[in-house]
Amino acid sequence: MRRAGMAAIPRGAALGCLAPCVLASVLASGFGLAWEREARAGTFSPEIRAEIAQLESRDGKTRRRAALALAKRLDPKLLPLLLALREGGLYRWRPASGRARIVIGGDALTRGGEERVPLFSIQEKKPLASPDRKPLLAPAGQLAEIRAGRRIRRAIRPYITRLRSAAQLRSADPNARRAAATRLARVGDQTLIPLLDGALKDEAHWLGRHALVEAKALIRLKSPDPGQRRAAAAVLGEIRGLNALSELRRQAKEDAARSAREAAREAVGEIERYLGWTSVLGVLFRGLSLGSILLLMALGLAVVFGLMGVINMAHGELMMLGAYAAFLVQGAFIAHFPENYFGWYFLAALPAAFLASALMGWLMEASIIRHLYGRPLETLLTTWGISLILRQAVRQAFGAQNVDVKSPGWLSGGYHLMVGVQFPYNRLFVIALAALCVAGAYGLLFRTRAGLRIRAVTQNRGMSACLGVRSRRVDAGAFAFGAGLAGLAGAALSQIGNVGPDLGQNYIVDSFMVVVTGGVGKILGTIVAGLGIGGMNKALEPAMGAVFGKVVILALVILFLQRRPEGLFAIRTRGA
Amino acid sequence: MPHEAPADRAERRIGGAALAAAALWFVVAMPSLNAFGTPGSFFHVSDFTLNLFGKFLAYAILALGLDLIWGFTGILSLGHGVFFGLGAYCMGMYLTLGIGGEGVYQSRLPDFMVWNRVKELPLFWEPFHSFLFTSLAAALAPGALAAAFGFLAFRTRVRGVYFAIITQALALCAWLVLNRNEVNLGGTNGLTNFKKILGFALAEASTQRGLYVVTALALCGAYLLCRWIADSRAGKILLAIRDAESRVLYSGYTPANYKAFVFTVSAMLAGVAGALYAPQVGIITPGRIGVLPSIEMVIWVAVGGRGSLIGAVVGAVGVNWARSWLTSSYPDYWLYFLGGAFILVVRFFPDGIVGAARGALRKLRRRARASAGPESPSSRRGEAGGEA
Repeated sequence: MRRAGMAAIPRGAALGCLAPCVLASVLASGFGLAWEREARAGTFSPEIRAEIAQLESRDGKTRRRAALALAKRLDPKLLPLLLALREGGLYRWRPASGRARIVIGGDALTRGGEERVPLFSIQEKKPLASPDRKPLLAPAGQLAEIRAGRRIRRAIRPYITRLRSAAQLRSADPNARRAAATRLARVGDQTLIPLLDGALKDEAHWLGRHALVEAKALIRLKSPDPGQRRAAAAVLGEIRGLNALSELRRQAKEDAARSAREAAREAVGEIERYLGWTSVLGVLFRGLSLGSILLLMALGLAVVFGLMGVINMAHGELMMLGAYAAFLVQGAFIAHFPENYFGWYFLAALPAAFLASALMGWLMEASIIRHLYGRPLETLLTTWGISLILRQAVRQAFGAQNVDVKSPGWLSGGYHLMVGVQFPYNRLFVIALAALCVAGAYGLLFRTRAGLRIRAVTQNRGMSACLGVRSRRVDAGAFAFGAGLAGLAGAALSQIGNVGPDLGQNYIVDSFMVVVTGGVGKILGTIVAGLGIGGMNKALEPAMGAVFGKVVILALVILFLQRRPEGLFAIRTRGA
Repeated sequence: MPHEAPADRAERRIGGAALAAAALWFVVAMPSLNAFGTPGSFFHVSDFTLNLFGKFLAYAILALGLDLIWGFTGILSLGHGVFFGLGAYCMGMYLTLGIGGEGVYQSRLPDFMVWNRVKELPLFWEPFHSFLFTSLAAALAPGALAAAFGFLAFRTRVRGVYFAIITQALALCAWLVLNRNEVNLGGTNGLTNFKKILGFALAEASTQRGLYVVTALALCGAYLLCRWIADSRAGKILLAIRDAESRVLYSGYTPANYKAFVFTVSAMLAGVAGALYAPQVGIITPGRIGVLPSIEMVIWVAVGGRGSLIGAVVGAVGVNWARSWLTSSYPDYWLYFLGGAFILVVRFFPDGIVGAARGALRKLRRRARASAGPESPSSRRGEAGGEA
């Protein structure tokens, strides 16, 4: 319990530390004798005022009755008063001049010799201002605490919980409003219904309305009247009240009234059907997001493979470098920029990741890979060696543990498509990024001169060289571009997965399966295979677990290659 | 060129002599020095060293198989860890059953099954009470898997990097599956704490020596088998497939069958290697058969020199010896070494150690011939005569 122990403080010091408070109080209370005016304009009804006055009574029973009566009103305006009562911050204040009144005391300021307490109104807890428009700091001697014993505190506690939720019903944050409605539904008190109705009148967000209707119906579900229960079950079924499912199942079995049982059973059926649909939707979405990661990876691989026949086993490590580049950019933002710019670090991380990986790719190409053209199996082994070295280097530089890459604020949370279906923003972002990269790669390959050269060299290296295309330069550029795409994939992945030295390993085999299945040099093939394999991965996961799902996919890919070997690069080399 | 023939023959003679010497060293000398040398003396081979080399030689058997498909046929398999693991797990099941009631829980069942609350021995464990069945399964199970996999893959002309990637996915799948407890093969911890093989205690030095000798002999057998395949008519076709598969196809052969055959043989060798590995090392876990170990096996062959068979043995023993030295002395640098080996060998020594040695030898002989002078053809004729 907060004590109103006091010691005097020099006024100036107190004011200095209260500067923001001063401003607030000035704004809040306007000019003049603010507390006087507030007292006059008090909107509490006479009954409430009488009950408040009873709190000052010397008789414990009267005090308790008054407190309970106030709590039972479930009036949000009374919440600050009740909270102060419970926590021992409610005072009877006898100013040097004027009438005595009940106020809420803030944290006592103990500086210097005297102790003073800032005062707030009992209604809405507004800071009171002294006649000179400064926050009112009352000397401790003028205050007498209105004590609430344990019994009072216990009696008003459930009402405070409800009031808090009720106050949250008016919060500016739609998620808080929804959570409050769900909490109230759990309390399940019939008296709460008017409160919910009041909130429903003002609620504009469809999801908030849904939560309120659901909460109302959930409370009605416990009504003693079977007709009410039946109607509530019907409503819950109609609005797909997912939170009510267990309650409805219980009612479908146990309710005394047959009509209510049947209504509940019907509602359960409806909600379960709906759940089936939403889970399909969820699988599709998760598959799409995994597929777009695979697509981002496979896109770079496919370009390089189609062009040079190089299987880049270090592609996963280039992705890991991109993720670590995002981590480093995050660190730089924390170190060198003000805190409120932090959210923008991720936008800077994307080009940084692209450039870091592209640079590494260019180095790899220039130092080693260009000497191994025409020997695909050898490049496979060499790039694997590079991947080992990169992994170990990162492990030594950053440690073997995962590093923490935080999501910027604008990527947390999600988009509610419908009841029970939420798409996290970071996954949506990954999907959008993949779409953008595909569009970019398509544009580059088919709409620019550089792309024309890449396609020419892919089709016939010798002839292109004869016609003046510098094929080596095209190779180097394409390799760096593919590596940069991997870096982007890594930066995107840092938002939805762990970032560690083995990051690339988890995706490399899958993305090769995408390249193999999709065929080479066809962006469309890569897209279809990437999304298909990602989607199947997620679709099989719930049924047979991630491991056996993967085994099934491998088997399917092999069987697919039986049916459609023409999707393969092998056909192209046949005559060689 | 006709005068190259005697040079080749001389090379082969030197190689043959070196091989015989190496075989004698590994099969006879090392175990003898282990058994009869006085501990501490220069000529004594410690139990630890012998055991270590037993492991290396088991790896060498696998490397021979890998060389047969990669060096001779041009098929790069990144999934040989799976076949090795199949053999090792077969033997591991036999050895685990051999623990009997001596485990921690004193149960008839293996400890990990007690731990996982498995009540009955799974059906597929039953036949592994028999050593004969185990030995057959260790070779035939990988062979069957390879035959099926190879048949499906090669029939549709999946080749080159495509085949490599698919086998890598196979390794990933096998690793994922074996890590699960549901498959009743010990999960992540694998099979371990073996006690006896055929009634001999595995902790005994003499048992380990016996296993070493068996491994060395198996390696000699595997070498002879691979050499025989490589020198046969089929071996010529394998080489032809590596160099120009389409021409082989157009000449009326069916490359897919040859490939499936050699892939199966190679997998069986890997299985045998695994079966010899498990009792000597005393543990087999999924970690030995995943993507990383599988691709590491390829580098043994690359370092030693592919397409020469002996190179596979040299590489397997050499790389693993370097590994056990580096991982104990410089644990942070082992991956740099391995990665560097991948890069340097491929870039600068495509024929590996054996290729480099052969090149050096050839250069030496040429220089010797040059210093003997072209004015003395008799000497060359004499040399040639000596060869004949």
